[in-house]
Amino acid sequence: MPLLTLIVFLPWIGAAFVALLPGRQARGVSLAFSLGTLLLGALLVARGWQDGAAGPEFATVIESRSWIEALGVRYTLGADALSAMLVILTGILSPICLLAAWEVEKGGRGFRALFLLLQGSALGVFLAQDFFLWFVFWELSLVPAFFLIRIWGGAGGARAAYQFFVYTMGGSAFLLFGFAAVYAAMGTADFQSIPADLLAQRLDGLVSGRLSAVPWATLAFLGILLGFAVKAPLFPFHTWMPVTYAEAPAPVSMFLTAIMSKMGVYGFLRILVPLFPAEVQAAAPVLTGLALAGVLAGAFAALVQKDLRRMLAYSSLNHVGYCLLALFVGFLPGQNAYVGTPGILLQMFNHGLSAAALFYLVGILEARSGGRRGLKDFGGLRSVAPVFAGITGVAMFSSLGLPGLNGFVGEFLIFVSVFRGAPWVAAAATLALLATAIFLLTFYQRVFHGPKGDVAQAGFADLSRREILTLAPLVALMLLLGLWPQALLQLINLWILPVP
Amino acid sequence: MSLLPWTIYLSFAGALACTFGGARSAQVARWIALGTTGITWLITLVAAVGFEPAPAMVTLVDVPWIASIGAHYRLAVDGISLALLVLTGLAATTGVLFSWNISDRAGGYFGLYLTLIGGVYGVFLSTDAFLFFVFYEIAIVPKYFLIARWGSTNREYGAMKLVLYSFAGSALVLAGLLWAHATAGGTSFGLDELAFAAARFSRLEQLGMFALLFTGFAVLAGMFPFHTWAPTGHVAAPTAASMLLAGVVMKLGAYGCLRVAMALFPTGLEFWQPTIAWLAVIGIVYAGLVALVQDDFKFVIGYSSVSHMGFVLLGLAAANERALSGAVLQMFSHGVIAGLLFAVVGRLVYDRTHTRRLADLRAMPLHRLMPWAAGVFVIAGLASMGMPGFSGFPAELAILVGAWQVSPVWALAAASGVLVAAAFTLRAMQVCFFGKAGIDEVSDAPVHPYEPITLPEKVGTVLLVAATLLIGLHPDLLFDWILPSLQSPLMQGTLIGGAP
Repeated sequence: MPLLTLIVFLPWIGAAFVALLPGRQARGVSLAFSLGTLLLGALLVARGWQDGAAGPEFATVIESRSWIEALGVRYTLGADALSAMLVILTGILSPICLLAAWEVEKGGRGFRALFLLLQGSALGVFLAQDFFLWFVFWELSLVPAFFLIRIWGGAGGARAAYQFFVYTMGGSAFLLFGFAAVYAAMGTADFQSIPADLLAQRLDGLVSGRLSAVPWATLAFLGILLGFAVKAPLFPFHTWMPVTYAEAPAPVSMFLTAIMSKMGVYGFLRILVPLFPAEVQAAAPVLTGLALAGVLAGAFAALVQKDLRRMLAYSSLNHVGYCLLALFVGFLPGQNAYVGTPGILLQMFNHGLSAAALFYLVGILEARSGGRRGLKDFGGLRSVAPVFAGITGVAMFSSLGLPGLNGFVGEFLIFVSVFRGAPWVAAAATLALLATAIFLLTFYQRVFHGPKGDVAQAGFADLSRREILTLAPLVALMLLLGLWPQALLQLINLWILPVP
Repeated sequence: MSLLPWTIYLSFAGALACTFGGARSAQVARWIALGTTGITWLITLVAAVGFEPAPAMVTLVDVPWIASIGAHYRLAVDGISLALLVLTGLAATTGVLFSWNISDRAGGYFGLYLTLIGGVYGVFLSTDAFLFFVFYEIAIVPKYFLIARWGSTNREYGAMKLVLYSFAGSALVLAGLLWAHATAGGTSFGLDELAFAAARFSRLEQLGMFALLFTGFAVLAGMFPFHTWAPTGHVAAPTAASMLLAGVVMKLGAYGCLRVAMALFPTGLEFWQPTIAWLAVIGIVYAGLVALVQDDFKFVIGYSSVSHMGFVLLGLAAANERALSGAVLQMFSHGVIAGLLFAVVGRLVYDRTHTRRLADLRAMPLHRLMPWAAGVFVIAGLASMGMPGFSGFPAELAILVGAWQVSPVWALAAASGVLVAAAFTLRAMQVCFFGKAGIDEVSDAPVHPYEPITLPEKVGTVLLVAATLLIGLHPDLLFDWILPSLQSPLMQGTLIGGAP
């Protein structure tokens, strides 16, 4: 059975069903198809584990068939431990986003169909192993996201959607330029089958004559870098992000921050670093600086936000920044590449859980207060909504990296590896930890403590059973991975690092 | 295969039948036109099914015509012309479907329309330069009347400008052909014979002849700075004529560049290569930027055509296997996509709302008033901005890769054209169809203030969308015809741009 193909296309099949079935059934059907990918993802992990049982590795599951021979393109899907982890993350979070969107009534069918399209595209990005196929999913993911933000977004949704799309397309255009170079040099763009040294050699020999003095290999590298830098985002290519996360409907913001930002990080790990190790090494000081700038700028910008969604958006910039920081520090002179990998992967997973939870909780605040999400719009909510306050507290401390919750181990591993490579960078990054603690606690205090604001006085309903059900898997995973990170690390450690 | 010449004869016969038989009843004229174009399309498809790709042209007819100058009536076909013949059949048939509402002097309209089609088929089939030129002229004249009589905005001006540019281009072509014919001894107009003789011309002669022929044809292909006729003409033309103009007639120019200018004078190509490439790149970016600031919806599409034809010209200039096959694929792809875009704008939107000003359209929630048109435009827009999965992407990728092998600077500039294309397409889409789209306006209540979309329009749309998807997902269908054809004795000389 072509398991990987099924994983990618199951949500798309679901989208077709949702579009065709009567509106009332859309909720259940979309949820079922979305959950289906989680089951298949579990199957994938089991198969990889089983097949690799002979040795200490996760057997890469590959599905490949010929596609466009004229361009040297094959239809290749493949899953190693990294892909499998992200498939699982997507499988967990997508149904949760759909549950969070349970109350979307107007045009609900369209919303759910588009969301399933988005999920399928993300899964495709994590599984495709040939550039052409990968780019199909990478670009197609923009389309449903655009419409979800445009039509169901807030008052500034139109601008946000346009900005999001054009920024990302801008990155993609240069990505395409870079990949055209890889094709031109190698005649193929199967990620796994391109040895980096041969690529570098061929790229250097590609251009002859007057223009050969220009470092074209470096430009190709920069093009690809730019594509991922916008998506992740890497400072200073993040400016589309706060607006987009603030204006998108809450379930979509959850998906964007939890999954789509990981597409960028995944791109760095799967494509950029393995194909251009020499260039990454050369650029490592600059890239480390940018990642550090993102970590700091994210945390300190969040500190001064008055809008809760924007605060969380900047906090995402900060958290994804840790992943990139640990990655680039490994390529500093004299360092052991990929030293930070376990921390990076853990952080990718954990940030997905906690950021999604926080965006959902702020979404609930908005929904119950008529769209208010200012830091000062609330107050005293703890006494009227204790469960809500409690879960928000857990999610917040998870995001903060409190020991015992999921965020801690990942960040700890990241800090250890960064400290080994560049102590001063680690020292500077701890400032961001401090800022994060301050803004999250301010958030908690302003919203839940203090005198009851008019929202609390008007009667703020505590979490409904459905809302608790939506949050329960997230909270459970936060606790589980906090106490037993080994559960995930076992899978992560099976990732076979690309040869540096 | 042997039926292919009948595409020409049937089109001219259909033209006569429409002019005389359809004078009294528009209905009769429509059905004659649909029958004729449908049958000719069927002929091309049957030929395509039985086509065996080979590095040679298959001669269909060869009889002496004008003995004194050695002109033959010689028709032949290879993979390149076959791809364009199938495109012509498709564009012609769907064009009739989108002209179903023409009732004013329908006989004359469809008579001219079919004459144009017959000329186009003739150009793609002839391998005698004299015959080629005759058909080329036949295709130009009906455009004037179609636009001047059935057109809209500023139609006399648009028609006159278009025809003057076309004739100026033809004059250059004619001068080049006569010069080459005389220098070769005046015994033959056959492309093979001319190419054979041209190899012995002096270098200066080759450069001069190439310049005349290429410039002449490139005018019709919309090469910067001779492109200004295109947007004006497209805007003024009735819907089906814009579809044909952008979809097929511009391809005549590009086809002439490839089949005549480049095949006869590879030395000239080598000399002029950088100039052509730079003009192509400027066209891509400049026309895209101009499209970004247009207020007339049809002008946006008109300039986008110029931008897309820039990719074709860049592919021709890069002149290696990848780029040339990409250029031919792009001709096909743009033919389909431009047809679709003009159909939406001209027939679905303008004929119903009676405005094309983006400022006016912004005020109408068109995604709700005409969801079919909005949906089709979204698909066409995505295809037009080079979204993977649609036919434009493999074509542009092949051109980019090919350009990389010659000069990465061109590839870089063209890649930024992709970004511009995304920006202007998205802007038009936002403003026109989603000007007032927010969750509050989404409702399930049906609204039908405009005449509903008719069956012929739906059929036409589905055919075009299916074609762009089919080629997007399976470009090998056309690549398999095109690549061997580039190895034929006539075309081989064009492959000067470096190894694949």
